[in-house]
Amino acid sequence: MSTTTNTSRLGSLLMAPVHLLMRIIDVPLRSLQKATGISGMAAFFLAPNMLIFGIFVLLPLVINFVYSMTGGTAFFLAERNFVGAEQYSRLFTCGSYLDPMSCQEDAFWTAVGNTFWFVILQVTLMILVALVTALILNRDLAARSFWRAVFFFPVLLSPVVVGLIWKWILQRQGLLNFGLYQFGVEPYTWLTDRNWTFVATIGVSLWAHMGFYALILLAGLQAIPKDLYEAAEMDGTKPARVFWRITLPLLMPNLLVVVVLALIRAVQIFDEVYVLTGGGPGTSTFYLTQYIYETGFASALRNPGLAAAASILMGLVLVVLTLIQLGIGQRGEKKGKR
Amino acid sequence: MGVASRFILRRKGGKGWHWTDIVTWLWLVGGLIIMFGPAVWLVFSSFKTPAGLAEFPPSILPYVTQQATVQGYDKPLQLFEAKLPDGSTRVLAEVRRIGIMSQMVDPKTPGETIRVNINDRTPVRTLSFATENYTQPFVHFNFLRYLWNSVFVTVTATLITLIVNSMAAFALSKYEFRGRSVAMLIILATLMVPLSVIMVPLYSIISSLGLFNNLWGVILPTVATPTGVFILRQYMLTIPDELIDAARMDKASEWQIYWRIVLPLTAPALAVLAIFSVVWRWNDFLWPLIVLSRRELYTLQVGLSIYSGELNVQWHFILAMTVVTMIPVVLVFIFLQRFITTGIAGTGLK
Repeated sequence: MSTTTNTSRLGSLLMAPVHLLMRIIDVPLRSLQKATGISGMAAFFLAPNMLIFGIFVLLPLVINFVYSMTGGTAFFLAERNFVGAEQYSRLFTCGSYLDPMSCQEDAFWTAVGNTFWFVILQVTLMILVALVTALILNRDLAARSFWRAVFFFPVLLSPVVVGLIWKWILQRQGLLNFGLYQFGVEPYTWLTDRNWTFVATIGVSLWAHMGFYALILLAGLQAIPKDLYEAAEMDGTKPARVFWRITLPLLMPNLLVVVVLALIRAVQIFDEVYVLTGGGPGTSTFYLTQYIYETGFASALRNPGLAAAASILMGLVLVVLTLIQLGIGQRGEKKGKR
Repeated sequence: MGVASRFILRRKGGKGWHWTDIVTWLWLVGGLIIMFGPAVWLVFSSFKTPAGLAEFPPSILPYVTQQATVQGYDKPLQLFEAKLPDGSTRVLAEVRRIGIMSQMVDPKTPGETIRVNINDRTPVRTLSFATENYTQPFVHFNFLRYLWNSVFVTVTATLITLIVNSMAAFALSKYEFRGRSVAMLIILATLMVPLSVIMVPLYSIISSLGLFNNLWGVILPTVATPTGVFILRQYMLTIPDELIDAARMDKASEWQIYWRIVLPLTAPALAVLAIFSVVWRWNDFLWPLIVLSRRELYTLQVGLSIYSGELNVQWHFILAMTVVTMIPVVLVFIFLQRFITTGIAGTGLK
């Protein structure tokens, strides 16, 4: 009893200067309210967020189009010269559209190709694993919230930490080689092998994000009415049939949302991979965001205009995916209303 | 114990083990190992000396071979348990190795050399935690500076996020005005504008504002989160308007209504947003990497990635710093994980 009063006393002591500050702020705001009226205060409350939002999100979004039509290495827009669609045509100049190496910007097309295969494989595996995990977590488990937390743990870790943990495991003297050594496999430097590194980026991003999607799917599974299952059981329906006829169709809206979310996030893959492999060896794990980052900032042949053009192309893909997601959401809402 | 045995013996019901029980059991135990194993391995590795890290096959726990200074030898010698031809075992110090034979001496009688086959000797190892991995980076790498930068960015950005987002959410939920739906639409539309699409022009804006190589350049672009506005607005919509009307009758100003009525009632949603924001800002990587190029301004994430990319990676320091970087997130996971999981399950946002 005494501890609670003590903490609340400490809390009010800490909050005292804040309350004083708020009271001082209230004085000019009252006169502002007198001048603008109550609806004017709405603009006041909205202003800080919209201002920051406008400067750091909307403005860059608009400038990006202008940027992509200018050339040179300068960053200030005033110092850049207008080149029209040159950056775009540079991205699309290819000897043969079937061979990325014949393109003028072969790095871009290598990144596009890598990202494409990464997205296809990672999202497919992600959905499968997340679905199985969600189905298992939806069973009548002891300590379900504990198990849910187990799969969620890596989601909170920073990409840099994720990258470093796995870089350490895939070392020559790392845990993976140690495990394989027990079965008589010789140690191998996984991160110097082009194919294994690609596989590693898929596996690591799967490990890091799977829990997030499993969580959304689990929420969807728990929303399916229990009486449907009870009715099926009474009719003696086989479990496989229950899955295909009840679970999957009713989970479909959540599943589609998860697919699109996973696609959107996979297209932008960067952080973990950058720490784990740096895009190498060679160009085997060089993905689109890294191309934009290096073309815009890091490379000696810096070309912000080209990076902007590439980022707009990537943005278009994301917009299409987002529209699909909104479409799904709307259809789901309509169904709900009916 | 009750929960554990219930878990182990759980069956689908009725008699015998159904195959799905076995799959469930394997999946959960496998998940436990795969999800936590790497992090546990990281923590154990972070307490090893560089020599311990270079070992193959590695030991799970940080063992160190014991050494002893023996009279007549400058350097400390490694201690081994040697099996002698007469069948007895003695603790000996190794002087040098020639082929498959090892020359050893007894630390008590350094005069006589004993030759032992290297297969008959095993190192004397003790559990030892190399805590210097954790203390040295503060001296060598300016680690305290990175820690401080990360804490500063995380705390400041979270506070500003809470204030700015809650004000906007208040305006969007409790006022009727022209352009309200447009404002809401713009905010929701940009929910899907990722950093990778706008980073080039954003960088030019940050540098023209003089915020390049400045922690505020890391903080400001992140604070007007659409997710935050969305979560808070949904919550504020449930606060009855009668409360606000009653306050107006009592001559409360709009600011007082926001500060003394709406904010305290929004506390649960604010807590969820605060947890999200702390994790987001602590984990941010690409944007700080672009904005910060001076070493003394690096956040933990940037500093870690730069040091781990250097040619001579000092893994013993990197691993320890990684563990420290992981600590706040692990604390959030242990104590606040259910707020996040219910938040995600409820809104589908991250």
